[in-house]
Amino acid sequence: MSLLEVFHALESLPLLVAMRGSPWIFPVIATLHLIGLAIIGGAVLVVDLRLLGLGLTRQPVAQLARSAEPLLLTGIAVMLLTGPWLFMCFATKYYYLTPFWIKLASLVLVLVFTFTVRRRFLLGSAAAHRQRVPLAVTSMSLWLCVAVGGRLIGFP
Amino acid sequence: MSLLEFCQWLAATPASIALRESHYLYLAILATHVLTLGVFLGTALIVDLRLLGLMMRSVPVSEFLSRLLPWTVGGFVVMAASGSLMFFATPVDKYPNLFFRAKLLLLVFAGITVWLFNRTVRLRIDEWDRDPVPPAAVRATGGLSLVFWIGILVAGRMIPYQQYWF
Repeated sequence: MSLLEVFHALESLPLLVAMRGSPWIFPVIATLHLIGLAIIGGAVLVVDLRLLGLGLTRQPVAQLARSAEPLLLTGIAVMLLTGPWLFMCFATKYYYLTPFWIKLASLVLVLVFTFTVRRRFLLGSAAAHRQRVPLAVTSMSLWLCVAVGGRLIGFP
Repeated sequence: MSLLEFCQWLAATPASIALRESHYLYLAILATHVLTLGVFLGTALIVDLRLLGLMMRSVPVSEFLSRLLPWTVGGFVVMAASGSLMFFATPVDKYPNLFFRAKLLLLVFAGITVWLFNRTVRLRIDEWDRDPVPPAAVRATGGLSLVFWIGILVAGRMIPYQQYWF
């Protein structure tokens, strides 16, 4: 079974057919997905801006990161709970869209990066000052790729 | 000239027609509008959660207002500019759209909330700046602004789906 056939089978599940038939289920899930974007945006920016010497500069990085983490996890949870439904509704459409695969790859990268390299750096000793800028730039660029990819695959 | 006639006049201007028919430019403006939400609502969310006493309680509120709020304001300017351009491109479609109208109404409410915050509780910020949980009046403005901004997001996202709902 090829990947395209898997996507086709997903899309054809009775539940997904019913979801597509509803005029409001997809928009409502898409709206929740957008709220997730705002939550992640805030949680990532408040820490990454701090690493760039902007925003809440008077707070220690580790403390800021700890405060922002529940918000970040909430945002990611909202996205992971809503995103797959949006995907499954139109799986075969996304199969052919390059931005979809770029989004997926960036998402895997940014999640791994956030919960390994970035997290360890933020909660560890603040000694490595020189790594702050590349860390923030990498984090923000990867999230931007995910967001732009997400916007592009929604276009008609 | 009625509001509808104004929209029709606007839609007939060469610039509006150009923007409406320039498929990619319009989509680029739409993408900018949506993605800036991460900056605008993301930072607004953090400021509002602090006003509600739900986040970073040990940090004085004044620090959020002086260091983080400028990013919120910057994000808002980009969103207002890109949003206005999208209205300018398709005024006749937007005018009768109930979600668009609800969004504008909620924008007025959000504006009043911000104005109230600046004109009342913010003037006495020295009294509650370091409170882990700010006074009820402050929490009310933070909570209301959050409700209005999320309402604006929901209404905005629903604009293209008007025909399915009504």
